[in-house]
Amino acid sequence: MRPWQKRAAIIGGGLAALGVAAALALNALNSNIALYVTPSEVVAGKAPQGQAFRIGGLVKEGSLKRDNLTAHFVVTDTVKEVPVAYTGILPDLFKEGKGAVVQGKLGPDGSFVASEVLAKHDENYTPKEAQQAIDKAQAAAKGKP
Amino acid sequence: MNWGSPAEFFAMGGYALYVWGSFGVCAIALIMEPILVGKRRSEVLRSLRRAALADQLEDEGNKAG
Amino acid sequence: MKENKLIHWFKYASPQSFYPLAGKMIPWFWALTAVFGLSGLWLSFFVAPTDAVQGDGYRIIFIHVPASWMSMFIYIVMACWAGLGLALNTRLSGMMAQALAPTGALMAFLSLWTGAFWGKPMWGTWWVWDARLTSELILFFLYLGFIALQAAIDDARRADKAGAILALVGVVNVPIIYFSVKWWNTLHQGSSVSLNKSPTMAATMLWGMLLMALCFWMYSIAVALMRVRAIILERETHTEWIKDLAEVKQ
Repeated sequence: MRPWQKRAAIIGGGLAALGVAAALALNALNSNIALYVTPSEVVAGKAPQGQAFRIGGLVKEGSLKRDNLTAHFVVTDTVKEVPVAYTGILPDLFKEGKGAVVQGKLGPDGSFVASEVLAKHDENYTPKEAQQAIDKAQAAAKGKP
Repeated sequence: MNWGSPAEFFAMGGYALYVWGSFGVCAIALIMEPILVGKRRSEVLRSLRRAALADQLEDEGNKAG
Repeated sequence: MKENKLIHWFKYASPQSFYPLAGKMIPWFWALTAVFGLSGLWLSFFVAPTDAVQGDGYRIIFIHVPASWMSMFIYIVMACWAGLGLALNTRLSGMMAQALAPTGALMAFLSLWTGAFWGKPMWGTWWVWDARLTSELILFFLYLGFIALQAAIDDARRADKAGAILALVGVVNVPIIYFSVKWWNTLHQGSSVSLNKSPTMAATMLWGMLLMALCFWMYSIAVALMRVRAIILERETHTEWIKDLAEVKQ
Protein backbone atom coordinates (compact mmCIF):
# COMPACT_ATOMS: atom_id res chain seq x y z
CA MET A 1 0.00 0.00 0.00
CA ARG A 2 1.18 3.47 -0.80
CA PRO A 3 1.11 6.01 2.04
CA TRP A 4 -1.84 7.93 0.59
CA GLN A 5 -3.84 4.73 0.19
CA LYS A 6 -3.14 3.93 3.82
CA ARG A 7 -4.30 7.35 4.93
CA ALA A 8 -7.43 7.06 2.76
CA ALA A 9 -8.17 3.68 4.35
CA ILE A 10 -7.77 5.15 7.83
CA ILE A 11 -10.11 8.02 6.95
CA GLY A 12 -12.68 5.65 5.42
CA GLY A 13 -12.52 3.31 8.40
CA GLY A 14 -12.80 6.21 10.83
CA LEU A 15 -15.87 7.55 9.07
CA ALA A 16 -17.52 4.14 9.02
CA ALA A 17 -16.89 3.69 12.75
CA LEU A 18 -18.25 7.17 13.40
CA GLY A 19 -21.37 6.41 11.38
CA VAL A 20 -22.04 3.24 13.35
CA ALA A 21 -21.48 5.08 16.65
CA ALA A 22 -23.84 7.87 15.61
CA ALA A 23 -26.50 5.39 14.49
CA LEU A 24 -26.32 3.55 17.82
CA ALA A 25 -26.45 6.79 19.83
CA LEU A 26 -29.42 8.11 17.86
CA ASN A 27 -31.20 4.81 18.20
CA ALA A 28 -30.75 4.93 21.98
CA LEU A 29 -31.97 8.52 22.11
CA ASN A 30 -34.84 7.83 19.74
CA SER A 31 -37.74 8.64 22.06
CA ASN A 32 -36.04 11.75 23.46
CA ILE A 33 -35.48 13.30 20.06
CA ALA A 34 -39.19 13.23 19.21
CA LEU A 35 -40.72 16.67 19.67
CA TYR A 36 -44.10 15.33 20.70
CA VAL A 37 -46.06 12.20 21.61
CA THR A 38 -49.26 11.07 19.93
CA PRO A 39 -52.68 10.94 21.61
CA SER A 40 -52.50 7.10 21.51
CA GLU A 41 -49.29 7.20 23.53
CA VAL A 42 -50.89 9.61 26.01
CA VAL A 43 -53.93 7.37 26.50
CA ALA A 44 -51.62 4.37 26.89
CA GLY A 45 -49.94 6.22 29.77
CA LYS A 46 -46.62 6.73 28.05
CA ALA A 47 -46.67 10.49 28.64
CA PRO A 48 -44.73 11.97 31.57
CA GLN A 49 -46.93 12.65 34.61
CA GLY A 50 -46.91 16.04 36.31
CA GLN A 51 -44.41 17.36 33.81
CA ALA A 52 -44.79 19.53 30.71
CA PHE A 53 -44.65 17.76 27.35
CA ARG A 54 -46.01 18.09 23.83
CA ILE A 55 -48.81 16.27 22.07
CA GLY A 56 -49.06 16.30 18.29
CA GLY A 57 -51.98 15.33 16.11
CA LEU A 58 -54.94 16.61 14.16
CA VAL A 59 -57.48 19.04 15.57
CA LYS A 60 -60.72 17.05 15.45
CA GLU A 61 -63.36 18.43 13.07
CA GLY A 62 -66.15 20.21 14.93
CA SER A 63 -64.41 20.03 18.30
CA LEU A 64 -63.24 23.65 18.57
CA LYS A 65 -65.30 25.69 21.06
CA ARG A 66 -64.45 29.01 22.64
CA ASP A 67 -65.64 30.34 25.97
CA ASN A 68 -64.33 33.83 26.64
CA LEU A 69 -60.61 33.62 25.98
CA THR A 70 -60.19 29.90 26.37
CA ALA A 71 -60.29 27.60 23.38
CA HIS A 72 -61.35 23.99 23.85
CA PHE A 73 -60.59 21.41 21.21
CA VAL A 74 -59.71 17.76 20.78
CA VAL A 75 -56.38 16.51 19.43
CA THR A 76 -56.62 13.15 17.71
CA ASP A 77 -54.42 10.72 15.78
CA THR A 78 -57.66 9.19 14.39
CA VAL A 79 -57.35 6.34 16.93
CA LYS A 80 -57.31 8.03 20.33
CA GLU A 81 -58.24 11.55 21.44
CA VAL A 82 -57.13 14.03 24.08
CA PRO A 83 -59.23 17.10 25.03
CA VAL A 84 -57.18 20.30 25.23
CA ALA A 85 -57.88 23.68 26.82
CA TYR A 86 -55.81 26.70 25.84
CA THR A 87 -55.99 30.37 26.78
CA GLY A 88 -54.25 32.67 24.34
CA ILE A 89 -53.89 33.52 20.69
CA LEU A 90 -54.02 30.61 18.25
CA PRO A 91 -51.66 30.71 15.23
CA ASP A 92 -53.03 31.65 11.79
CA LEU A 93 -52.84 28.12 10.45
CA PHE A 94 -54.62 26.56 13.44
CA LYS A 95 -57.72 24.96 11.94
CA GLU A 96 -60.02 22.02 12.52
CA GLY A 97 -58.87 19.01 10.56
CA LYS A 98 -55.28 20.34 10.42
CA GLY A 99 -52.17 19.40 12.38
CA ALA A 100 -51.21 21.02 15.69
CA VAL A 101 -48.63 20.52 18.43
CA VAL A 102 -49.68 21.56 21.93
CA GLN A 103 -47.38 21.98 24.92
CA GLY A 104 -48.61 21.75 28.49
CA LYS A 105 -49.51 19.41 31.33
CA LEU A 106 -51.94 16.56 31.65
CA GLY A 107 -54.59 17.09 34.36
CA PRO A 108 -55.79 14.27 36.68
CA ASP A 109 -59.01 13.97 34.63
CA GLY A 110 -57.09 13.18 31.45
CA SER A 111 -57.59 16.61 29.90
CA PHE A 112 -54.63 18.62 28.73
CA VAL A 113 -54.01 22.25 29.72
CA ALA A 114 -51.83 23.84 27.06
CA SER A 115 -49.47 26.76 27.55
CA GLU A 116 -48.46 26.91 23.91
CA VAL A 117 -50.17 25.86 20.69
CA LEU A 118 -48.24 25.49 17.43
CA ALA A 119 -49.78 24.81 14.04
CA LYS A 120 -48.19 22.08 11.93
CA HIS A 121 -48.58 22.40 8.19
CA ASP A 122 -47.77 19.84 5.52
CA GLU A 123 -45.38 19.87 2.58
CA ASN A 124 -48.10 20.48 -0.01
CA TYR A 125 -48.25 23.77 -1.84
CA THR A 126 -51.14 24.48 -4.20
CA PRO A 127 -52.59 27.61 -5.78
CA LYS A 128 -55.71 29.00 -4.09
CA GLU A 129 -57.83 28.49 -7.21
CA ALA A 130 -56.80 24.85 -7.55
CA GLN A 131 -57.62 24.19 -3.89
CA GLN A 132 -61.03 25.83 -4.28
CA ALA A 133 -61.73 23.65 -7.31
CA ILE A 134 -60.73 20.53 -5.35
CA ASP A 135 -62.92 21.56 -2.39
CA LYS A 136 -65.86 22.18 -4.72
CA ALA A 137 -65.45 18.83 -6.43
CA GLN A 138 -65.23 17.05 -3.09
CA ALA A 139 -68.31 18.83 -1.76
CA ALA A 140 -70.20 17.90 -4.93
CA ALA A 141 -69.12 14.27 -4.60
CA LYS A 142 -70.29 14.22 -0.98
CA GLY A 143 -73.65 15.75 -1.92
CA LYS A 144 -74.45 12.96 -4.35
CA PRO A 145 -76.11 9.85 -2.93
CA MET B 1 -49.84 38.19 -12.35
CA ASN B 2 -50.53 38.08 -8.63
CA TRP B 3 -50.65 41.73 -7.72
CA GLY B 4 -53.10 44.51 -8.55
CA SER B 5 -50.84 47.33 -7.41
CA PRO B 6 -47.32 47.94 -6.04
CA ALA B 7 -48.83 48.45 -2.58
CA GLU B 8 -50.39 45.01 -2.75
CA PHE B 9 -47.04 43.56 -3.77
CA PHE B 10 -45.25 45.11 -0.81
CA ALA B 11 -48.00 44.04 1.60
CA MET B 12 -47.45 40.36 0.63
CA GLY B 13 -50.96 39.45 1.71
CA GLY B 14 -50.26 40.56 5.29
CA TYR B 15 -46.94 38.69 5.55
CA ALA B 16 -44.79 41.72 4.63
CA LEU B 17 -42.64 41.62 7.78
CA TYR B 18 -41.82 37.94 7.38
CA VAL B 19 -41.31 37.81 3.62
CA TRP B 20 -39.28 41.03 3.40
CA GLY B 21 -37.49 40.22 6.64
CA SER B 22 -36.27 37.01 5.01
CA PHE B 23 -35.52 38.31 1.53
CA GLY B 24 -33.98 41.52 2.87
CA VAL B 25 -31.48 39.85 5.18
CA CYS B 26 -30.71 37.32 2.46
CA ALA B 27 -30.02 40.06 -0.09
CA ILE B 28 -27.80 42.00 2.33
CA ALA B 29 -25.82 38.85 3.18
CA LEU B 30 -25.32 37.76 -0.42
CA ILE B 31 -24.22 41.27 -1.48
CA MET B 32 -21.91 41.81 1.51
CA GLU B 33 -20.06 38.50 1.23
CA PRO B 34 -18.43 39.08 -2.18
CA ILE B 35 -17.61 42.66 -1.18
CA LEU B 36 -15.80 41.43 1.93
CA VAL B 37 -13.95 38.77 -0.08
CA GLY B 38 -12.94 41.45 -2.60
CA LYS B 39 -11.59 43.56 0.27
CA ARG B 40 -9.61 40.63 1.59
CA ARG B 41 -8.08 40.13 -1.86
CA SER B 42 -7.17 43.77 -2.32
CA GLU B 43 -5.52 43.82 1.12
CA VAL B 44 -3.31 40.85 0.24
CA LEU B 45 -2.46 42.39 -3.11
CA ARG B 46 -1.53 45.66 -1.44
CA SER B 47 0.88 43.97 0.94
CA LEU B 48 2.30 41.84 -1.89
CA ARG B 49 2.95 44.97 -3.96
CA ARG B 50 4.58 46.64 -0.99
CA ALA B 51 6.85 43.64 -0.52
CA ALA B 52 7.71 43.61 -4.24
CA LEU B 53 8.57 47.30 -4.11
CA ALA B 54 10.77 46.76 -1.06
CA ASP B 55 12.60 43.92 -2.87
CA GLN B 56 13.13 46.13 -5.90
CA LEU B 57 14.52 49.00 -3.84
CA GLU B 58 16.82 46.63 -2.01
CA ASP B 59 18.14 45.25 -5.30
CA GLU B 60 18.82 48.74 -6.62
CA GLY B 61 20.50 49.68 -3.35
CA ASN B 62 22.75 46.63 -3.60
CA LYS B 63 23.72 47.52 -7.19
CA ALA B 64 24.48 51.12 -6.28
CA GLY B 65 26.47 50.02 -3.22
CA MET C 1 -1.30 5.88 -19.23
CA LYS C 2 -2.47 5.88 -15.66
CA GLU C 3 0.53 7.91 -14.58
CA ASN C 4 -0.27 10.47 -17.26
CA LYS C 5 -3.76 11.00 -15.99
CA LEU C 6 -2.49 11.46 -12.46
CA ILE C 7 0.00 14.08 -13.59
CA HIS C 8 -2.73 15.90 -15.48
CA TRP C 9 -4.86 15.99 -12.35
CA PHE C 10 -2.06 17.22 -10.16
CA LYS C 11 -1.35 20.01 -12.63
CA TYR C 12 -4.69 21.66 -11.83
CA ALA C 13 -4.40 20.74 -8.19
CA SER C 14 -1.44 23.08 -7.80
CA PRO C 15 -2.31 26.58 -6.58
CA GLN C 16 -0.13 28.08 -9.29
CA SER C 17 -2.22 26.74 -12.17
CA PHE C 18 -5.54 26.86 -10.35
CA TYR C 19 -5.24 30.56 -9.54
CA PRO C 20 -5.58 31.82 -13.15
CA LEU C 21 -8.10 29.09 -14.00
CA ALA C 22 -10.34 30.21 -11.11
CA GLY C 23 -9.92 33.80 -12.23
CA LYS C 24 -11.25 32.90 -15.66
CA MET C 25 -14.23 30.95 -14.26
CA ILE C 26 -15.47 33.56 -11.77
CA PRO C 27 -17.20 35.94 -14.25
CA TRP C 28 -19.06 33.01 -15.82
CA PHE C 29 -20.41 31.87 -12.49
CA TRP C 30 -21.50 35.42 -11.62
CA ALA C 31 -23.30 35.62 -14.96
CA LEU C 32 -25.09 32.34 -14.24
CA THR C 33 -25.96 33.57 -10.74
CA ALA C 34 -27.57 36.67 -12.23
CA VAL C 35 -29.50 34.76 -14.92
CA PHE C 36 -30.86 32.14 -12.51
CA GLY C 37 -31.45 34.73 -9.79
CA LEU C 38 -33.43 37.15 -11.93
CA SER C 39 -35.55 34.46 -13.57
CA GLY C 40 -36.01 32.71 -10.20
CA LEU C 41 -37.13 35.92 -8.47
CA TRP C 42 -39.51 36.68 -11.33
CA LEU C 43 -41.11 33.26 -11.00
CA SER C 44 -41.12 33.48 -7.18
CA PHE C 45 -42.97 36.75 -6.96
CA PHE C 46 -44.90 37.23 -10.20
CA VAL C 47 -45.64 33.83 -11.68
CA ALA C 48 -45.97 31.44 -8.73
CA PRO C 49 -49.52 31.76 -7.38
CA THR C 50 -50.55 32.47 -3.80
CA ASP C 51 -50.63 29.28 -1.70
CA ALA C 52 -54.04 27.98 -0.62
CA VAL C 53 -53.04 27.48 3.03
CA GLN C 54 -50.18 29.86 3.72
CA GLY C 55 -51.11 32.79 1.47
CA ASP C 56 -48.12 34.81 0.31
CA GLY C 57 -46.12 33.91 3.42
CA TYR C 58 -45.04 30.69 1.74
CA ARG C 59 -42.84 32.69 -0.67
CA ILE C 60 -40.08 32.47 1.94
CA ILE C 61 -39.62 28.91 0.63
CA PHE C 62 -37.90 30.35 -2.47
CA ILE C 63 -34.85 31.27 -0.40
CA HIS C 64 -35.29 29.01 2.62
CA VAL C 65 -35.01 25.73 0.72
CA PRO C 66 -32.09 26.79 -1.55
CA ALA C 67 -30.15 28.12 1.47
CA SER C 68 -30.81 24.90 3.41
CA TRP C 69 -29.83 22.67 0.50
CA MET C 70 -26.63 24.63 -0.07
CA SER C 71 -25.73 24.60 3.64
CA MET C 72 -25.75 20.79 3.55
CA PHE C 73 -24.24 20.41 0.07
CA ILE C 74 -21.37 22.83 0.75
CA TYR C 75 -20.57 20.93 3.93
CA ILE C 76 -20.25 17.67 2.02
CA VAL C 77 -18.07 19.27 -0.66
CA MET C 78 -15.95 20.91 2.04
CA ALA C 79 -15.50 17.61 3.84
CA CYS C 80 -14.54 15.90 0.55
CA TRP C 81 -11.83 18.49 -0.09
CA ALA C 82 -10.66 18.18 3.51
CA GLY C 83 -10.53 14.37 3.28
CA LEU C 84 -8.71 14.57 -0.05
CA GLY C 85 -6.16 16.91 1.49
CA LEU C 86 -5.68 14.59 4.42
CA ALA C 87 -5.18 11.52 2.20
CA LEU C 88 -3.18 13.00 -0.69
CA ASN C 89 -1.44 15.88 1.04
CA THR C 90 -2.28 18.28 -1.79
CA ARG C 91 -1.92 21.96 -1.00
CA LEU C 92 -5.01 23.16 -2.84
CA SER C 93 -7.49 20.87 -1.03
CA GLY C 94 -7.09 22.57 2.33
CA MET C 95 -7.45 25.96 0.71
CA MET C 96 -10.67 24.87 -1.02
CA ALA C 97 -12.12 23.62 2.26
CA GLN C 98 -11.14 26.86 3.95
CA ALA C 99 -12.70 28.90 1.14
CA LEU C 100 -16.01 27.02 1.31
CA ALA C 101 -16.55 27.21 5.09
CA PRO C 102 -17.67 30.86 5.44
CA THR C 103 -20.11 30.54 2.54
CA GLY C 104 -21.51 27.34 4.05
CA ALA C 105 -21.86 29.05 7.42
CA LEU C 106 -23.70 31.92 5.75
CA MET C 107 -26.09 29.48 4.04
CA ALA C 108 -26.78 27.71 7.34
CA PHE C 109 -27.41 31.06 8.98
CA LEU C 110 -29.79 32.11 6.20
CA SER C 111 -31.59 28.79 6.47
CA LEU C 112 -32.13 29.32 10.20
CA TRP C 113 -33.04 33.00 9.81
CA THR C 114 -35.55 32.54 7.00
CA GLY C 115 -36.90 29.49 8.83
CA ALA C 116 -37.55 31.59 11.93
CA PHE C 117 -39.30 34.24 9.83
CA TRP C 118 -41.43 31.52 8.28
CA GLY C 119 -42.13 29.66 11.51
CA LYS C 120 -43.38 32.70 13.41
CA PRO C 121 -46.44 33.41 11.23
CA MET C 122 -47.21 29.80 10.26
CA TRP C 123 -46.40 27.66 13.29
CA GLY C 124 -46.72 30.43 15.87
CA THR C 125 -43.10 30.34 17.06
CA TRP C 126 -39.70 31.64 15.93
CA TRP C 127 -37.92 28.58 17.21
CA VAL C 128 -38.65 25.11 18.50
CA TRP C 129 -36.16 22.45 19.55
CA ASP C 130 -37.28 19.87 17.05
CA ALA C 131 -34.84 17.50 15.38
CA ARG C 132 -34.69 19.32 12.03
CA LEU C 133 -34.09 22.76 13.48
CA THR C 134 -31.64 21.57 16.11
CA SER C 135 -29.52 19.55 13.68
CA GLU C 136 -29.36 22.52 11.28
CA LEU C 137 -28.20 24.70 14.20
CA ILE C 138 -25.49 22.11 14.93
CA LEU C 139 -24.41 22.35 11.27
CA PHE C 140 -24.05 26.11 11.69
CA PHE C 141 -21.90 25.57 14.79
CA LEU C 142 -19.80 22.97 12.96
CA TYR C 143 -18.99 25.57 10.30
CA LEU C 144 -18.13 28.14 12.97
CA GLY C 145 -16.00 25.56 14.81
CA PHE C 146 -14.14 24.70 11.61
CA ILE C 147 -13.44 28.38 10.89
CA ALA C 148 -12.36 29.07 14.48
CA LEU C 149 -10.13 25.99 14.66
CA GLN C 150 -8.34 26.91 11.44
CA ALA C 151 -7.92 30.50 12.57
CA ALA C 152 -6.48 29.38 15.92
CA ILE C 153 -3.61 27.36 14.40
CA ASP C 154 -0.84 29.47 12.90
CA ASP C 155 0.77 26.85 10.69
CA ALA C 156 -1.46 26.55 7.61
CA ARG C 157 -0.78 22.86 6.90
CA ARG C 158 -1.46 21.84 10.49
CA ALA C 159 -4.59 24.01 10.52
CA ASP C 160 -5.77 22.16 7.41
CA LYS C 161 -5.27 18.79 9.07
CA ALA C 162 -7.05 19.72 12.29
CA GLY C 163 -9.88 21.32 10.33
CA ALA C 164 -10.16 18.30 8.06
CA ILE C 165 -10.72 15.95 10.99
CA LEU C 166 -13.44 18.21 12.41
CA ALA C 167 -15.07 18.51 8.97
CA LEU C 168 -15.05 14.75 8.45
CA VAL C 169 -16.47 14.01 11.90
CA GLY C 170 -19.24 16.55 11.29
CA VAL C 171 -20.34 14.86 8.06
CA VAL C 172 -22.43 12.50 10.16
CA ASN C 173 -24.75 15.41 10.90
CA VAL C 174 -25.77 15.97 7.27
CA PRO C 175 -27.90 12.81 6.79
CA ILE C 176 -29.36 13.45 10.24
CA ILE C 177 -30.60 16.86 9.09
CA TYR C 178 -31.94 15.47 5.85
CA PHE C 179 -33.79 12.49 7.30
CA SER C 180 -34.79 14.05 10.65
CA VAL C 181 -38.30 14.80 9.42
CA LYS C 182 -38.74 11.15 8.46
CA TRP C 183 -37.14 9.51 11.48
CA TRP C 184 -38.74 11.51 14.27
CA ASN C 185 -41.84 13.50 15.14
CA THR C 186 -40.96 17.05 14.19
CA LEU C 187 -42.89 20.28 13.84
CA HIS C 188 -41.07 20.82 10.56
CA GLN C 189 -42.98 19.36 7.62
CA GLY C 190 -41.56 16.68 5.35
CA SER C 191 -39.73 17.31 2.09
CA SER C 192 -41.73 18.71 -0.82
CA VAL C 193 -39.07 17.57 -3.25
CA SER C 194 -37.34 14.23 -2.89
CA LEU C 195 -35.90 11.49 -5.05
CA ASN C 196 -38.46 8.79 -4.37
CA LYS C 197 -41.73 10.63 -4.91
CA SER C 198 -43.11 13.32 -7.17
CA PRO C 199 -42.94 16.87 -5.81
CA THR C 200 -45.90 18.06 -3.77
CA MET C 201 -45.82 21.56 -5.20
CA ALA C 202 -47.55 23.27 -8.09
CA ALA C 203 -45.24 23.39 -11.16
CA THR C 204 -44.56 27.15 -11.21
CA MET C 205 -43.76 27.14 -7.48
CA LEU C 206 -41.39 24.23 -8.00
CA TRP C 207 -39.63 25.92 -10.91
CA GLY C 208 -39.20 29.10 -8.93
CA MET C 209 -37.59 27.14 -6.13
CA LEU C 210 -35.31 25.14 -8.43
CA LEU C 211 -34.13 28.27 -10.26
CA MET C 212 -33.39 29.96 -6.96
CA ALA C 213 -31.50 26.85 -5.85
CA LEU C 214 -29.38 27.02 -9.04
CA CYS C 215 -28.79 30.73 -8.36
CA PHE C 216 -27.55 29.93 -4.81
CA TRP C 217 -25.40 27.14 -6.18
CA MET C 218 -23.71 29.31 -8.79
CA TYR C 219 -23.31 32.09 -6.22
CA SER C 220 -21.59 29.71 -3.83
CA ILE C 221 -19.15 28.56 -6.50
CA ALA C 222 -18.38 32.13 -7.60
CA VAL C 223 -17.77 33.44 -4.10
CA ALA C 224 -15.77 30.35 -3.03
CA LEU C 225 -13.52 30.72 -6.09
CA MET C 226 -13.00 34.39 -5.21
CA ARG C 227 -12.09 33.44 -1.67
CA VAL C 228 -9.78 30.60 -2.67
CA ARG C 229 -7.85 33.05 -4.87
CA ALA C 230 -7.39 35.39 -1.93
CA ILE C 231 -6.29 32.45 0.25
CA ILE C 232 -3.78 31.32 -2.40
CA LEU C 233 -2.27 34.81 -2.43
CA GLU C 234 -2.09 34.85 1.37
CA ARG C 235 -0.50 31.45 1.69
CA GLU C 236 1.88 31.51 -1.26
CA THR C 237 3.17 35.01 -0.54
CA HIS C 238 6.83 34.07 -0.74
CA THR C 239 6.74 32.02 -3.93
CA GLU C 240 8.26 33.22 -7.19
CA TRP C 241 5.13 32.73 -9.30
CA ILE C 242 3.16 35.09 -7.08
CA LYS C 243 5.85 37.76 -7.50
CA ASP C 244 5.53 37.37 -11.27
CA LEU C 245 1.74 37.86 -11.30
CA ALA C 246 0.56 40.84 -13.34
CA GLU C 247 -1.60 42.14 -10.48
CA VAL C 248 1.40 42.10 -8.12
CA LYS C 249 4.01 43.51 -10.52
CA GLN C 250 2.06 46.50 -11.86
